[in-house]
Amino acid sequence: MRVFLMYPDRDFEPNQKLPPNEAALMQDLELNTLFDAMALGDEFLFEMAKQTGLSSLSDPDLIRYRQDVLKDCLKNTTVVREIYQISIESIRNKQKHWMGIFTRYPSGILSSSIVMLQMFVGLLKKLRKIADEHAGQFASAGFTKFFAMIQQELDDDYFVEIENHLKALKFRGGVLLNAELGKGNEGVNYTLRKPNKHNAHWIKHVFAKKSPVYSFTLHPRDDHGARALGALRDRGINRVANAAAQSAEHIDNFINTLRQEIAFYIGCLNLSEQLAQLGESIAFPQPVSANERQHSFSGLYDVCLALTIKQKVTGNDLAADGKDLVIITGANQGGKSTFLRSIGLAQLMMQCGMFVAAESFCANICKGLFTHYKREEDVTMNSGKLDEELGRMSHIVDNITPNSMVLFNESFAATNEREGSEISRQIVSVLLEKRIKVFFVTHLYEFARVFFQKKMGSAIFLRAERQANGARTFKLIEGEPLQTSYGQDLYKQIFGLSRTES
Amino acid sequence: MAFYSILFDKDGVQKETTVQPAFFTDLNLDQVIDALTAHKQEYNLKPFFYTPLRDVQTLRYRHEVMQDMEDETLMAHIKAFAEKMPIVRRYLDLVEKLDFNYHKKGWFLEAALAYCEAVTGLARDLNLTALKSRGFLALRDYITDYVHSQEFQTLLTEAKKVKDGLSGVKYCVMVRHNTVKVKKYEGETDYSVEVEKTFEKFKQGAVKDYGVDFSKGSGMNHIEAKILDFVVRLYPERFAALDRFCVSYNQFVDETIRVFDREIQFYVAYLDLVADIKHKGLSFCYPQVSVTSRQVYGYDGFDLALANTLLYTEKPVICNDFFLKDPERVIVVSGPNQGGKTTFARMFGQLHYLGSLGCPVPGRAARLFLFDQVFTHFEREEDIRSLRGKLQDDLVRIHDILACATPDSILILNEIFASTTLKDAVSLSKKIMAKLVKLDLLCIWVTFIDELACFSEKTVSMVSTIVPENPAVRTLKIVRKPTDGLAYALSIAEKHRLTSKQIKERIES
Repeated sequence: MRVFLMYPDRDFEPNQKLPPNEAALMQDLELNTLFDAMALGDEFLFEMAKQTGLSSLSDPDLIRYRQDVLKDCLKNTTVVREIYQISIESIRNKQKHWMGIFTRYPSGILSSSIVMLQMFVGLLKKLRKIADEHAGQFASAGFTKFFAMIQQELDDDYFVEIENHLKALKFRGGVLLNAELGKGNEGVNYTLRKPNKHNAHWIKHVFAKKSPVYSFTLHPRDDHGARALGALRDRGINRVANAAAQSAEHIDNFINTLRQEIAFYIGCLNLSEQLAQLGESIAFPQPVSANERQHSFSGLYDVCLALTIKQKVTGNDLAADGKDLVIITGANQGGKSTFLRSIGLAQLMMQCGMFVAAESFCANICKGLFTHYKREEDVTMNSGKLDEELGRMSHIVDNITPNSMVLFNESFAATNEREGSEISRQIVSVLLEKRIKVFFVTHLYEFARVFFQKKMGSAIFLRAERQANGARTFKLIEGEPLQTSYGQDLYKQIFGLSRTES
Repeated sequence: MAFYSILFDKDGVQKETTVQPAFFTDLNLDQVIDALTAHKQEYNLKPFFYTPLRDVQTLRYRHEVMQDMEDETLMAHIKAFAEKMPIVRRYLDLVEKLDFNYHKKGWFLEAALAYCEAVTGLARDLNLTALKSRGFLALRDYITDYVHSQEFQTLLTEAKKVKDGLSGVKYCVMVRHNTVKVKKYEGETDYSVEVEKTFEKFKQGAVKDYGVDFSKGSGMNHIEAKILDFVVRLYPERFAALDRFCVSYNQFVDETIRVFDREIQFYVAYLDLVADIKHKGLSFCYPQVSVTSRQVYGYDGFDLALANTLLYTEKPVICNDFFLKDPERVIVVSGPNQGGKTTFARMFGQLHYLGSLGCPVPGRAARLFLFDQVFTHFEREEDIRSLRGKLQDDLVRIHDILACATPDSILILNEIFASTTLKDAVSLSKKIMAKLVKLDLLCIWVTFIDELACFSEKTVSMVSTIVPENPAVRTLKIVRKPTDGLAYALSIAEKHRLTSKQIKERIES
C-alpha cells in the first residue's frame, strides 16, 4: 500500500538532499517567510514545506499531478485536514501510551506489536470511513487512486482477518511448535504451527490423534525450568513476533508517509487561506518544458512582502516569452528587488506543484535556480568584497547546468563601474551561451547599455517606474536603461532638501 | 618411503623442546616466534621452534616441504584442512563437558563427520596437486591408503547414515502454562508465514529485523534434555543407531593424521610470516648449511623481528651483508651508536638460528654454519638481586659462557665491559678475545673498542656508517672496513662547528 500523493509512482523522500545553494535561496528569496506562513508554527509542516519547496520538479506532468491534488485539497479542505489528523493521532497515541518495541525478547516484542497493531487498526478503519464517504468529491488522479486503494485493500474481510490474528497471537490455548534435530541433537528450526481457528480446543485436537504423545509438567518451584520453558516458547514465536513487529512498523511507516505527503498540501491550504484574507489572488501556473523560453504573467506579486506587511501589494505584468536575458535598471526603492524575488518565488512555487502569487503565470521549467545577491560586507572576512562575490559566483558555476536560471541583484558593483560592467558582461555572455536564463538587477549602466545596443531579440530591459515628480509606482515598465538611478530622489527624501539647495 | 612425520625424515631424534633457549630474548627471536604462533596457540608450536637441528638431511627434508608449500594451491589446501581439524577437536572437547547422554553423542557424531570431511578433503586435494618433497609424497601415499581403508570407509558410511536418520526427525512441542507435550510432526502448517502474508500489503522500504538470534550458544538445559528424551522415545531406532556408532568408533582420529595436523602448522606459520614480509620488498632464501665449514655468508640479510614490527609502516628495513672466509671467525662491529650495530648482530644470530630450523632465512643468499649452541651476551639492566656490580656480572656471565662453549658454538657479544674505564675494558676485552680466537668459534662482537678489530687474522672489522654531509642521518648500513672512528668524530665536530677551522673563525683573533 502506497500513498502516492506527491508522485504518481513513488514515495516522497523527506530527507532528500537539498540543492547546494539552499542557504542562499533561503536568504535571498526570504523563504522563511513563505514556509512560516505554510507551517503556522508547526515544525513538521515547516520542514516538509521547505523540503518540497526546495526540491524542484523538472517534469511538467509531475507538476500538474501535484497541482491537481492541490486543487482537490482546496475544494475539500475539511476532509483533507481530517485525513491529516489521523496521522497526527497515530503519533499522539504512541506518545501517550508509550507504545513502541523496546524489548529484546520475542514474547515482549509480540505483545508490544499487538498493542500497536490494534491501535493502527482503529485508525485505518477511520481512514476507510473517510474514503467511503468522500471519495466521490475528489477528481485528481492522486486522490482517486488513494481512496480506491484504501477501499480495496482495507475491506471488511481484511479487518476481520487482522483481528483474528491479533486474537490468536495471544496464544490463550498454548503455543504449538515444530522442531528438528540439529548438531548435537539440539532442537533447531523452531517454527510456530497454526492453531485451528474453527476449533477453540485446537491443541486438544492436535494432540488427540493416535500417535504417541509424551508430556511432563514443571515443578511449580522450578524457576530455572520455567525460564527455560519461556526461552523455548520465545524461540517458537520468534519469527511471528518479528512478523508482527515488522507489520506494525510497516503500518506505522504507511501512516507516516501519509503524514509526510499530506503535510505539503496542508501547508498550501494554510498559505492560500492567509492570502485570501489579504485579498490577494493565486493562480495555478502553466509549466512548459525546460528547453523552451517562456516567462509571461500578470499580477505577479512578492508573496513574502505581502505576508510581511500583511496587505495587498503591487503586482507586475511581463511578457518575456522567447527571452533569456532580463535586465532591470532604474529608480532606487522602485520595486526592483521585490520584482526579482517574486520571479524566484514563483519559479520555486511552480516547480514544487504549488499555486503562484499572480493572476496568471506561465514559464518554462528551470533545471536549477540560483541567486547572486549583493551581500552586506562581512567584517569577519578577510577577503575583499569583490573577491567574496566572485567566490560565490564560482560556487554557482560549479553547480549550474544548461536551462537553469540565475537571479543577479546588484552583483559585481563592489568595484568601479567599468570593471564591474566588464566582469558582469563576460559572466552573463557565457551564461547565455550555455542556455541559462538571466535576470539581472543592476545599476551598472555600462553593462546594461552594452547588451541594449546589441539589440538581441532574446533580451528584454525593464525599468523601475518613476513618475515625473519622483514618486514610485513600484511597477516595472519596459524601457531603455537609464544612466541615473535617481539616487538624488532618495537623498532628497531622506535629507528633505529643497530643490534650490540641490 | 613410509610416512613418518612432516617435520622429520627419520625417527629417534628429539622433536621438541619445551623451554625457550636463553638467547632468544637477546636476539628478539622471542618476538618472532610470538608473532608466528600468535594465532596458532592451540597447536603448541613453540617447542618446534625451540629445537634447532644439526642434521643436514633433515634440514633438506624441511626445505623440500617448504618449497612445495610455497605453491599457493597447496597452501590453500593445507589451510582448508587446518580449518576443519580444530572443529573436530572442539566438538570432542565439548563432548567431555556436556551432561546429557544424547547431547554428548550428538556432538560426538558431528566430530566424526567433521573429521571424515577434513581427511577426505585433504586426500582429494593432495592427489590433485603436483608434489615434489619426500615429506608430502609420503604423506599423500599414507592418506590415500588410509582413506581407502575398510576402517575409514565404514566410519564414513556409518556416520552419514546415523546423521541422515537424526536429521529426518521432526517433532512438535506444545507449551501451555507449565506443561510440555511432545509428539511426532504430522503436517501442521506454518503460522508465521500466514501472519506475514496478512500484513504483506503494508510492506514498503526496509524495516528493522526484530528477530532474536538464537543460533549462538549451543547448549541444552534440562527442559530441552527432557524434550529430547521424549523425542528418543518417538524415534527409538534412530537413536539406537547413534548408540552403536559411538561404541564402535570411540577412537576415530588416526594418530598420524593428528600429528600431521599439528606439525604442518610449523610451516604454515613461518611461511605466512614470510609472505607478509615479502610484501615489504624483502627476500628470503634457502641457505646452504654445513656442520663443518665456518665459511659463512649472508647477503641482504635483515632482522626479522624488526621487519615484522615495521610491517605496516612506511619505514624501510635496511639489509646488510656479511661473510667470513678462513681463517676469519670473529666480526668486530664498531662505529656510531644508533647505527644499526645491534640489529646487525641480531641478524647474524637470527639467520643462523632460523637456518637450523630448516626455514628460509631473511636475505638474498646465505651459507650458514650448523652450530651446537648459541650464546649471547647483551648489555642488561643491573639486577639488584645478583648482588654483584655490573662489571663483575659481565665477567661472571662471560666466564660461564666460555666454560660451555665449543668450537662449534656461535657467540654474540654486545657492548660488554661498558661500565668500566676504557683502559680496563680494553685489557679485559683483549683477554676474552684471545680465548675466543683460541677456541676458534664463530663470533659477532659489537664494541666501541677499535683495537679488537685488528686483534688477529681471525678478526674482521665492520663499521656502522653515516651520511658524511649530515652525520645525524644513519644509513644503518654495516660495512666491512677498518675502523675509522675519526671521520665520525670529525663530522660530529663539524656539525657543532668545532673543527679547527671553524673554531679559528669563531674565536676572535
